Amino acid sequence: MTVKEIIEKLDLKCLNEANLDAEIKGAYSSDLLSDVMGNARSGQMWITMQTHKNVTAIAALKDIPAVIIVRGNQPDEDMLAHAKEEDICILVSNEPTFIVCGKLYELIK
Amino acid sequence: MHYTFTIEQGNFTDAGQASSSVKRTLKQLGVDPANIKRTVVALFEAEINAVAHAYGGTIDVDIDDGKIVMVVADQGPGIPNIDLAMQEGWSTASAKVREMGYGAGMGLPNIKKNTDDLKIDTKIGVGTTLTMTVNLV
Repeated sequence: MTVKEIIEKLDLKCLNEANLDAEIKGAYSSDLLSDVMGNARSGQMWITMQTHKNVTAIAALKDIPAVIIVRGNQPDEDMLAHAKEEDICILVSNEPTFIVCGKLYELIK
Repeated sequence: MHYTFTIEQGNFTDAGQASSSVKRTLKQLGVDPANIKRTVVALFEAEINAVAHAYGGTIDVDIDDGKIVMVVADQGPGIPNIDLAMQEGWSTASAKVREMGYGAGMGLPNIKKNTDDLKIDTKIGVGTTLTMTVNLV
């Protein structure tokens, strides 16, 4: 399933359009950055409530095409600017992590 | 090829710039993606450690056909107990650093897992130097 389809099905707000046609086969959910650094795989979506610039630094290094920020949190300005530079899709869900993960799992399992 | 970068204490905003620059270079050189991944994970963790725990430092990266050697030297407090620091889950990170999602005690273990050789030279009150090697062949 593509990022674009996931945006529609999960009713996500897209703050930086990038990688919309990327095919998503998996996701990683964690707010611990070293956990993501060590264990997320390239091509996966990342679900988190962290909203600072190191999120996009890690996404860029790990080739993570899209990040979903949960509970309606907004990314910091410098995170969003960095996402534009690095072409990382930034999405916001109003729902909490558990619900987002559950719905995404159902879509791409 | 030799690259040098500077690390500023507490500057999380720019953390990852060295890793990002090294990643671009390795891609241009046509280095195998798996080795690029290992290299940037290790370098990013070392960068963050220097930003979060130390008082600034330097990064020196040497790339040749056979290996990548990264030396991250900080002017930090030093590591009192390396065995504990290598233990997953052990961290001395501040509350502020933890709020950002760091301080899970996974930094040095991640570095160890992703490199072929890791040397830690540390002196209390002076600093810590990590020498990390990724073999390309």
